[in-house]
Order: sequence, then structure tokens, then C-alpha cells
Amino acid sequence: MGFRRVAIVGAGITKFVRRAQETPKELAFEAVRMALDSCEMTIKDIDCVVLGTAPDAFDGVHMNGEYLIDGAGGFRKPYMRNFVGGGTGVFAPIQGWYHVASGMFDTCLVVAEEKMSSCHPHPAGAFLTIFDHTTEQPLYPTLIWIFALEMHRYMTTYGISKRDIALVAVKNKKNALDHPSSQVAEEITVDDVLKSEVMAYPVNRLDISPTSDGAAAIVLAAEHVANRVTDKPVWIDGVGYSLDTAYWCTRDLAYPDYVEKAARMAYEMAGIREPRKEIHVAEPYDPFTYKELHHMEGLLLCGKGEAPQLLVDGVTQRDGDLPICPSGGLLGVGNPIAAAGLMKIIEIFLQLREEAGKRQVPGKPTCGLAQAWGDLMQVGTVVVMRR
Amino acid sequence: MLDETRIKASVTALSETDMRDGKVLTIKWKPKLYYAWDNGIAIGRYLQELKNGRIIAKKCNGCRRIMLPPRMFCELCWRPTDEWVYVQDTGTINTFVVSHVDWKASRIPPGQRYYTPAVIEIDGASKGMGILHMIDEIEPYEIKIGMKVKAVWKPPEERIGAITDIKYFKPL
Repeated sequence: MGFRRVAIVGAGITKFVRRAQETPKELAFEAVRMALDSCEMTIKDIDCVVLGTAPDAFDGVHMNGEYLIDGAGGFRKPYMRNFVGGGTGVFAPIQGWYHVASGMFDTCLVVAEEKMSSCHPHPAGAFLTIFDHTTEQPLYPTLIWIFALEMHRYMTTYGISKRDIALVAVKNKKNALDHPSSQVAEEITVDDVLKSEVMAYPVNRLDISPTSDGAAAIVLAAEHVANRVTDKPVWIDGVGYSLDTAYWCTRDLAYPDYVEKAARMAYEMAGIREPRKEIHVAEPYDPFTYKELHHMEGLLLCGKGEAPQLLVDGVTQRDGDLPICPSGGLLGVGNPIAAAGLMKIIEIFLQLREEAGKRQVPGKPTCGLAQAWGDLMQVGTVVVMRR
Repeated sequence: MLDETRIKASVTALSETDMRDGKVLTIKWKPKLYYAWDNGIAIGRYLQELKNGRIIAKKCNGCRRIMLPPRMFCELCWRPTDEWVYVQDTGTINTFVVSHVDWKASRIPPGQRYYTPAVIEIDGASKGMGILHMIDEIEPYEIKIGMKVKAVWKPPEERIGAITDIKYFKPL
């Protein structure tokens, strides 16, 4: 299609915690330094920087991209901040990709940072203003409501039980025990999830990822640079993104059509005809338990309403036929919004390089996928990678 | 391979106790701003009609959808919309929630009714045209998806031209 091939050649990630003493700039700096060190590059080798960070309202810093520029290493370089809510962490590498794929730059540093803990009493309150100011805000909606509304519709449409959905939390929190960044890894049971506090029926506390502080970074390089700096480049072979209408009450809440559109765009670019066979490992976005299942369906990794059965059958375990969220996902590793999406990209990068340690999925995977989702339940961002 | 030791040491985690004991310094700031939003053409009319105790939608002659909330343009056909159409103040629950937390994610105090927001598909509008509103006059856990509901309006003298001129929807 006239694009240059782009590889991920390095990655860095901080630990994810509920509240970090470090400032957003300090968090970004740590992740960037680790990413550069991992591929033995310096900031001077970087041609341009793409930064992803979610709502300014978390930090209370307007123009957060500009605030973060120094920690992100973007000072006096071509620099671009992007934000599509929860979808940001997978959108940022897509933007990094086209900086390099276009031929404009040979290297691009992609940084994702989030510090949610500054906002009180809870960062959820910062989301009030994403709703329509006239027709919805006067009802004081919160994000948990719209996810619970969506989950309830999904359950009702396909006859899915809370018990089946709860297994996502059990699987992901267990997987996260092997992730060095993880904030809420633990061995739990389905009953623990079902008995945890009800936040907004049908969503219980253990159905939700935590709020987190953290940062992640990757280094992208054009083919001639990638082959020089590493023996194990991981190629970005397909990217896709799609945003649905903001009239969210008008949408089919049982199926994320916009995720399917994003996936089809990425699959076409990557030459993938049968995603169920060709994707060996995937990191769909899992801020809530049901979202992992919802997204598996939107990504065409199974039919509509079929994801819970794959989960129950163990297919999506790390040693199953289609490992899903081997990292531990947002539910286990944590959810510093933009950094969590990039964490998923990094997980697939490590899996394809067979460098995921205890988290490594068997079978020498050659093709993987990361996906994120967000805004007013309306954006899908997808990256397909191969080694 | 990433350096696990380095990752684990990369961030200094603070606890609630650290904050309470003043081991770290923080700055607090409360912005004192307010916004005056214009309602626009379509929503302006919608609110005016709510004040009159009626729900009004707008029709697109391209896709023939009767849309709620009303819009001056159709986002599907990408063209200006056509007639104004009054719809019913009844509808069907598409999905709902029993929320134990408020908009700040703070727990609702004991004794206070849980919030029960729902997406309600309004009768007379096209299939799937829902609006966000609250359900009441029924025990929260007895609400069902598919239930028929009707708007409960504030008395005319209390209406101000706002979505809250409908107090809530109750089972029909």
C-alpha cells in the first residue's frame, strides 16, 4: 500500500500503583529511559515523539501533552499528543506508526502516561463532563453506569450469566501475578467476584480494573534502522481505528460495531482473512470483565455471544488455543488509562519475541493483536503485530 | 527481556497512611469556574417542549429515522434533518443499572434509594432511539429489561425547560 514497514524495537514500562509519589513527568521519564535502554538507543536517536495521555481533568492540568513534553523526551522535536479516552494507549502507537510508515521519520518514540490519583474524591468524577451537557449531565451519570448498562444489555441479549463473566477477573488477576508492573494481581475465585461489593448492578467491584498511576513507552523504527538495532524486531503489520456516534443511547449496546470496523481495517492491512486461526495471542481491552468478551467478539475472534463459552472451556487461558490477556490485563496489572493500552502492545511485543518469561504463551506465536477502547464507549483501536 | 527488578523499583507507591501522616507534600486547588452552555437549535426546541410536557423528535427523510434527542443534522445521512415530530412519553427499557454509587463513585448512604438509570426507547421514535433517564416507583431489583415505562412529569409551574422536567419514568 506504499507504506514503509515499521517495527517495535524497544519497550519500557513502570510499575503500576494506586498512587505514585512521582509526578507525571517523572513517570514518563522512567518509562522512556527503560525503552531506550532496552534497544541501546539514546534520546538523540529519536526523530519524533508521540504522546498518549487521557483526560486533562485527571491531572487538573490543561494541555497535559505540553506539560509532559520534557519527561516524554519530546522537547524540540516533532511532537504530537493524542487522546481518544481509553483507546489512547493503542491509538498512540498507530500515530507513531504513520510517522515512520509515511517515510517522514526513521524513528519514533511512543509514550503513554497516566496519573489518575490526583483527582479527588475519585477520578471517576472527572468523567461527568464527557456526557452531553444538556440532555445527560443534569442526571449526574457516571462511567460505571454506562458500562453497567452495556454489560446488562450484553448479558440479556445472549443469555450470559454474571458467573461466566466473573471468570475473566479470575483469569486475568491470576495471569498478572507474573507481571512485574502489576497492581492488583491475586488468586481469586468466581465466588469472590460475585460476593464483592455491588458498584452498579450488574457490575461488582472485582469486575472493574483499578485506578492507577503509571507509564509505558515503545521505540518504533523503519526497517533499515530496526534491522540494525535488533535481531528481533516485531513488525506492526496492521492498524485500525474507528469512532462511533456520540449518541450512545442510540447504539446497539450488545455489540461493539466500531471495534469490528477497526479490526477489519487492521486485518485487511495485515492480510489476515481468518483472524480466529491467524491471531495466536491477543490483548483485547479489559477495563471491565465483560469488555474482554465483548471485544473478542468485536475483533471477530469468535461469533457474537460466543466468547463466554471459550472462556469457560479454558481456550483463552495462557496455555489454551487462543490466549487472551496473558499479561493479566487491566483487571490484574492495573489501568493507568493510556499506559494500560500501551502495556498491551508491549505484552504482544514480548510474547512474539518469546521474552515474556513466566507469562510466555506456548507454541512460538508469530502473530498477535492488541486492542483498546474508550471515549463514550465509542472508539476501537487495533494493532496487529508479527515477528 | 525487560528488567523486572528495575520495573518493580521504578515507582514509589504511596499509601493512604503516607498521605494522612503528611509524609508527602501535596497541593490542593479548587477551581471556581462555571459554564453557560447554549442549548443549540435542536435541543433548545426539545427543552422548550419538555417544559410543555411533551417530547419532540426530528425526522430525517433520508434514512426515515425519527430521532431522539432531536438533531438538526442526521449523522448517518450527513444531511439536514426534516420535520419535527411529537412522540409519546412512554417507552421500553433497553437496559438499566442498579447503582450503589453516585457520579463521584462515592457510596450512596444507607437508607437512600439506589440510582436506577436506564436507556429508554421512546414510543413513536425509531427502533433503538433511546434516551438516558431514571426509573422510579418500583423496587430497584424488580426492574426488568423490556419493561414498559411512562414519564412522570414535574408540575407545569416547576418545569424550567430541562431534561429533569421529567422526574423519572415509572412502570406502566
